[in-house]
Amino acid sequence: MTETNICGIDFKNPVIAASGTFGFGREFSQAYDLSKLGGICTKGLTFNPRQGNKGIRCCETASGMINSVGLQNPGIQSFLDTDLAFMNSLNTVIIANLSGSSIQEYVQGAELLDSSKIDIIELNISCPNVKEGGMNFGIKTQSAVQVLEQVRKAVSKPLIVKLSPNAEDIVDMAVNCEKNGADGISLVNTFKAMAIDIYKKKPVFKNITAGLSGPCIKPIALRMVYEVSKAVKIPVLGMGGISCWQDAVEFIMAGACAVQVGTMNFIKPDICLDIVKGIETFMIKNNFKSISEMKSII
Amino acid sequence: MPYEYLESNILLNHKISEDIFEMKVELKNITEPGQFFMLRKNDSPTFLSRPLSVYYTDKKTVSFLYQIKGKGTQVFSLMNPGDKIDIMGPLGNSFNTDFCGKKTAVVSGGIGIAPMVYLAHELIKNGNSVDFYCGFKGMPYCTDILDKKIKVFISSQEGVAGYHGLITEIFNPTAYESVMTCGPVPMMKIIANMCQEKNILCQVSMEQHMACGMGACLVCTCETEHGMKRVCKDGPVFDGKELILND
Repeated sequence: MTETNICGIDFKNPVIAASGTFGFGREFSQAYDLSKLGGICTKGLTFNPRQGNKGIRCCETASGMINSVGLQNPGIQSFLDTDLAFMNSLNTVIIANLSGSSIQEYVQGAELLDSSKIDIIELNISCPNVKEGGMNFGIKTQSAVQVLEQVRKAVSKPLIVKLSPNAEDIVDMAVNCEKNGADGISLVNTFKAMAIDIYKKKPVFKNITAGLSGPCIKPIALRMVYEVSKAVKIPVLGMGGISCWQDAVEFIMAGACAVQVGTMNFIKPDICLDIVKGIETFMIKNNFKSISEMKSII
Repeated sequence: MPYEYLESNILLNHKISEDIFEMKVELKNITEPGQFFMLRKNDSPTFLSRPLSVYYTDKKTVSFLYQIKGKGTQVFSLMNPGDKIDIMGPLGNSFNTDFCGKKTAVVSGGIGIAPMVYLAHELIKNGNSVDFYCGFKGMPYCTDILDKKIKVFISSQEGVAGYHGLITEIFNPTAYESVMTCGPVPMMKIIANMCQEKNILCQVSMEQHMACGMGACLVCTCETEHGMKRVCKDGPVFDGKELILND
């Protein structure tokens, strides 16, 4: 009943662990059986390994947190050699989140991932925590299209573009990604935010700004998912502050064919399971026979 | 050892010094010294769980020592015996206590004493001799519960007990084969440097703001000679030689 098909890939259910909050699944696999998930998005991957940002990387806010990890990752080749086999053994859909500091690096990474055993590539043009690349490609539609065009040429696997809520016009960007070869859209990444240490009289983060996530962003994320879903025909994966099954149902009713759950994994490691069960119970009680029946009813 | 995630009963939660509390929860566990748990009140007004290191365990209960530093620990301090608390752990690596008959020193600063009390007792159990150096800003706490076999050196910056000054001023590593430390970074940096100069093994327990606590989110990293390492998973205990400590 909760099965869903996105870009030709079958998902057991519409609940996916979001990139950057779930590592490569190893740590959470100790908490519960990850085959019960619809899918897992890897930590953001780049062709070259990255050490990430120095200094404080995390700051709690009211109903959320700001992070400045800066895409720390072992590089795509290392991921393929040491982590992908484990992920493939989890019996769930594996989505590789691809980032880069230049179009060339995106393309090199895309080529490697395309010849691997991952199911879907999520093109991350929305990380706010790196100085070069990342979100720089996700503010202006034209830059997003430039990177998408090149990556599309290198990729035959399903390609989803992960958008930034900081985009100048997120609906325009989604429409243009659809026109230029995206098989799906996921949104939203974190909101550009900041915090100040009033005692040190300095910004908390070395980069001054960082990415806000958690339940505090949910209403804005939901609005963006709603608007984008109305404007494109390709599948939309909704995310942003989902903390319970009711939130997930809201995103689906707003137009998402699946949801990604991120920050809330930190608060309750098995939250995704609760959300899967909650959606199913809600569908039975409300006589929805499929996710597509419930999708976009708003 | 895999961690567990469950709801636990608070057995005890009391003030032991001005802003220092001890919380004891019911939990079957096998925890090594230096390991920690993530704790969160179910309806907490704060968002993230808080990492607390283990101060004592008898395998059926776990005790934590914490200082009220912000909203999260304040929420903890207002909880009562009988209340439920979400708990995940044990997490992280642990101190190597596997020496036998060695002369070891434990050096703590402030609330950094919490994991060192459990550690010192395990070191004694393993047949080592332990000298315990503990520095405080004001009045000492927890020093009276240490095993009689442990020799205790106390310092207070305010001069209210023991040596008047910093613990680093009365510590000399040359008498020891192994040193373990937990406390403020500037203190640990001095201790680690002293040990490195004399080529003495120094294990350093790091503290950092955390989110997932299990190694997935990468927000609690520290700088090492081998790149950025996760305090929650690769640590919290690191070889002092490996760490790049910034004040």
